[in-house]
Amino acid sequence: MTIKDKAAIVGVGATPYYKRGQSYPESEFSMACSAILSALDDAGLTADDLDGFSIYSNSCDPAAIAAELGVPEVRWATTLTSGGGGCAGALGVAAAAVDAGMATTVVTLMTLQQLSKRLGGSAVGGMLAYALMSESSSPYGGGGIPPSAAFTANNGLLSPGHSFAQIASRHMHLYGTKREHFAEVCISQRENAIKRPTALRTEALTLDDYFNARMISDPLCLFDYTMESDGAVAVITVAADRAKDLRQPPVYIMGSAHGGSGRWGPALFRYFQTPDDEFTSSGHRPVARRVYEMAGITPSDVDVALLYDHFSPMVIMQLEDYGFCPIGEGGPFVADGNIRYKTGTIPVNTHGGNLSEAYIIGMTHVREAVEQLRGTAVNQVEGAEIALVTGGPASLPVSASILRK
Amino acid sequence: MSTFGTLTRGQFPSILTETHASPMTQPFWDAAKEDRLVAPKCASCGTFRLPPSPYCFVCRQRDVEWVELPGTGAIYSFTVVRHPLHPDLADACPYVSGVVELDGTQGAGARMLVNIIGCDPDTVKIGDRVAITWEHVNDEMSTPRFRPIPA
Ligand SMILES: [Zn+2]
Repeated sequence: MTIKDKAAIVGVGATPYYKRGQSYPESEFSMACSAILSALDDAGLTADDLDGFSIYSNSCDPAAIAAELGVPEVRWATTLTSGGGGCAGALGVAAAAVDAGMATTVVTLMTLQQLSKRLGGSAVGGMLAYALMSESSSPYGGGGIPPSAAFTANNGLLSPGHSFAQIASRHMHLYGTKREHFAEVCISQRENAIKRPTALRTEALTLDDYFNARMISDPLCLFDYTMESDGAVAVITVAADRAKDLRQPPVYIMGSAHGGSGRWGPALFRYFQTPDDEFTSSGHRPVARRVYEMAGITPSDVDVALLYDHFSPMVIMQLEDYGFCPIGEGGPFVADGNIRYKTGTIPVNTHGGNLSEAYIIGMTHVREAVEQLRGTAVNQVEGAEIALVTGGPASLPVSASILRK
Repeated sequence: MSTFGTLTRGQFPSILTETHASPMTQPFWDAAKEDRLVAPKCASCGTFRLPPSPYCFVCRQRDVEWVELPGTGAIYSFTVVRHPLHPDLADACPYVSGVVELDGTQGAGARMLVNIIGCDPDTVKIGDRVAITWEHVNDEMSTPRFRPIPA
C-alpha cells in the first residue's frame, strides 16, 4: 500500500518574485499569507477549508498563519527536517496526511525575504554560523559552540558554494566533467527564463559571458550559483476523490520520497563521511529508486524534470542519479543538448530554475511542474503528462515527487 | 588592519581561537599542541572517526584507542576560494580549502576538511600529496592545516 495517486495538487499561489531584499515592506509572514490565499482561491477553496500544513525547512509558523487567516481548525502541522532538500518530499507528507484522513486540505509553502540575511553568509556572523553548525537541531539545547565545530571552524569553508565546489571538483576529476558542461546548464535555463515574465534574470547569457564571469569558488563561477530572491509560493493538496470536483484539473502525486543514505548525513560543511561511491553524487540515488518504484515508472516516462538547482553541477549529478544518463556521463549528456526545452530528450527547469527565474527554495519548481501538467506553462512541453520535481541536494533528507496530469 | 588581524594570502584566518573541547575530543587538541595528529580508532573494529564522536558508525561501539597518524595524506577534493565572503578577507584570497584523506586510516569517516596552504591555487589538483602543519593560534589551541609535500 502506498500513496500512489491518492492525492492531488489542486491549487497554486505565489507572490511576485523579487530580487533579494526588494519585497519590503512585505514580510515573510505577509507573503506566506498572500501565497496561501491565492493557492486556495486557485483551487476554489478558502481558508475555512484549510486544515493542514506540510512544510519543510520550517518555512513558516503554522500557528501564526492559522491565527492570522482565521483557520477554523488545524489538524496537521509537520515540517520535514533540514533545509531545501525537503521541498518535493513535503508534498508526499501532505498526500499521506490526506490519504490517512488526518487532514483534508494541506498547504505546502516557502516564503523568503533576504533583506538583512544571506543564506551564503556575507557577514562575519553568518560565516561563524555556518562554520560552527551544531549537530543538534533542538531549540531547547544549550547552544554554544559544539566540540565538533572546532575541527572545521578555521578551514575557510563557509558558504554552501564552498561545499558544493568540492563535489563538483571531484566529479570533474573522476569523470572528466568540464566547465563547459556547467555552462550548458546555466545557458539552457537562462534561455528558458528569458521568455518568462516572472523571471528575474532575462538578459541573454553566452558561453563567452560564462567564461568571462568572476570565479567565486573554483570550479564555480558567478553563473553557477543560484540567485538569492524574495517571495512566497504555496500549493494545496487534497485527496484524489475530492480533487476531481475542484476548480482546476488535478495534478496527481504518483510517488514521493524523502531521505537519503545515512552516511550522506549532513554532508555539507561536515567531514564528508560519505562513502566514496556516493560522495560524487547529488545524494539522491536512494530517493530516486524509491520514488520511481512508488510511481511505477522509469526515467524514460518523465516528460519534464524540475531539478533543484542551487548550483549548476548538481543538476548534472541529479540527471545521473535519476537515471536520465549513466553515472559520470551527465556532462556530455547536457552538452549534447538533452536538457533543452523543445529539442532535448528531457527538458529540465523549463521555468529557468533557481539559477535564472527565482530562488524560493524549490517551490518554484513545484509550481512549474503543476503548470506543465495543467498545460498552462509559459514554456509548455507539448503533451507533458509526467513531471519529476526534486528538492536538495543538501543535508538529508533530500526528496523527490513524481506528478502526473 | 582587518577584522581578522594580519592576513596572509592563501591562509584562512583562525576565526575560532578556543577548541571548546569535550573529554571526547580533548586528546586531539592536546596532541595538536605538540604538533602531533592523533585520531580515535574503534577498539572493536578498527574504524577511525574524525571528528571524534560517541559511536562507531560501523559497529556502534563506543570504546576507542587514540592512535598517532603520520599526518600525511592526499587531496580528495578542494576548492579555490577567490571571492572573499567578507571584504576584510580579501587579503587572504585566493585560498585553497579541501578534503584530505589521511594515510593510516580507512579514508571516508576520518577525512579532514582543511585549509591547504603554501600551494599554487592554479596548479593544485586532486591526488596531490600533503602533510599536516599546525598553526599555534595561542597556548590553548593549535589548528590543523596542510601543505603540499614537494614531489
Ligand atoms: Zn567499530
